[in-house]
Amino acid sequence: MSSRRSRISEEEIAELLSKLQSLLPEARRRGTSRASSAKLLKETCNYIKSLHREVDDLSDRLSEMMATMDMDSAQAEIIRSLFRP
Amino acid sequence: MKSSTRNPNPNPDTPRFGPSKLMVAFRFLRALTLVHRTAPNSSNAARSRRIQRAAFASMAYSAGPRRAWSRALLWRLHFHRARRLCAGRSRAAGVPRRPSTTRSPADELRRLVPGGTGMDYCSLLEETADYIRCLSEQVKLMQSVVDSGGPRGR
Repeated sequence: MSSRRSRISEEEIAELLSKLQSLLPEARRRGTSRASSAKLLKETCNYIKSLHREVDDLSDRLSEMMATMDMDSAQAEIIRSLFRP
Repeated sequence: MKSSTRNPNPNPDTPRFGPSKLMVAFRFLRALTLVHRTAPNSSNAARSRRIQRAAFASMAYSAGPRRAWSRALLWRLHFHRARRLCAGRSRAAGVPRRPSTTRSPADELRRLVPGGTGMDYCSLLEETADYIRCLSEQVKLMQSVVDSGGPRGR
């Protein structure tokens, strides 16, 4: 493993970093140029944290919905929507 | 440049989610049904935690063992499940803890991505990219469940 690591070039790392950058939403890409990988990593961390928070919030909402909704018809609608373009 | 807004699908004939994403969706919906059926009288908070676990579980099961992050999540989910059965703790399993802010960015990333601690830099970057892709798909899925399931939608 360590011999593989020494063969990994700056280029490969730059490529991986740029791939990461492309995954960030546009608003988060500001200031994350190739020259500042630390900034990019920080933004990536922030983005992941915000995604975790969204999962949290959506779980709360789903939990509330579950208390009141008719599960069967909701399921049918959900499955239909998955196939809608 | 990749857009993160809705409809990544330029072709109107293909479904909104590809085949593997449909797998995640069905898995997640099945888990939701189970939560609904088996916990009708539990608190919102307890149900919410189960739903959150179901979200990470569907992600991890669908990614399978091919990724370090999904392996780590699966391990965590099973490990916590065993502990919960014994100790009755109610912390949501499979959910990464919040890290402190005094670490280097790479180390902070290692704490956020499941299985990241001890990973070499290159693998970390690859795993992070895959994790972000799957996580954002999961968020989209949950959002569309909320949109479809509510009485008047969003």
